[in-house]
Amino acid sequence: MIGVNIYLALIAIATFLSMYRVFRGPTTVDRLVAVDIMTTITAGLMVLFALYYKRMIFLDVALVYAVLAFGGVIAFARYLEGGL
Amino acid sequence: MNALAALGEILVFIGTFFYFLSALGLIRMPDVYNRMQTSTKSATLGSLGVMIGVGIWALGEDFGSVAWLTKTIVISVFLLLTNPISAHTLIRAAYKSGIPLWEGSVMDKYREHIEAKAKEAETVGAPESETPEEGGEE
Repeated sequence: MIGVNIYLALIAIATFLSMYRVFRGPTTVDRLVAVDIMTTITAGLMVLFALYYKRMIFLDVALVYAVLAFGGVIAFARYLEGGL
Repeated sequence: MNALAALGEILVFIGTFFYFLSALGLIRMPDVYNRMQTSTKSATLGSLGVMIGVGIWALGEDFGSVAWLTKTIVISVFLLLTNPISAHTLIRAAYKSGIPLWEGSVMDKYREHIEAKAKEAETVGAPESETPEEGGEE
């Protein structure tokens, strides 16, 4: 548990850089790409929280979050393609 | 016991560093195709590092058990399978909704593929369109 602040700081920097692309992105797909990266980073953050708080239930939360984010991205892509 | 925790911590550091690199590629690359390329690859590798690192790190702690490593491997394999699928689907939607390529791009294989397929459909579809007309004449 020595360098956990460093990992959280790196994840925070990555999330803020993605949020810049979400707010600034010229097209819709740019924003959607940034949200996709942010959901991947959030799944990793939940796994880190499971270790930090010593609760294994957060791993299940991370798995369900990854599944739902995948479904959401697929649905948005189908909508943009005009098939939904 | 302590060596496992150290190994897991190194893996977690590598993973978070790749998260940072993926976000950096997200704001540095010129168009949406390059952004998707760099960010998805390094975010997937970062997830693998963080999750398997947490599993190995929990083995070295006193509260940890093998169930931690099993669950993190399940999550990382799921992400490894579904991240390329979502990236592929998103970028195909971007191409079909007409977002232009960067002006420095030199190759567009997907348009060549679509044009070749359209030409093939024309040559194959011509005799097919004749046969119903003949049938209609009869």
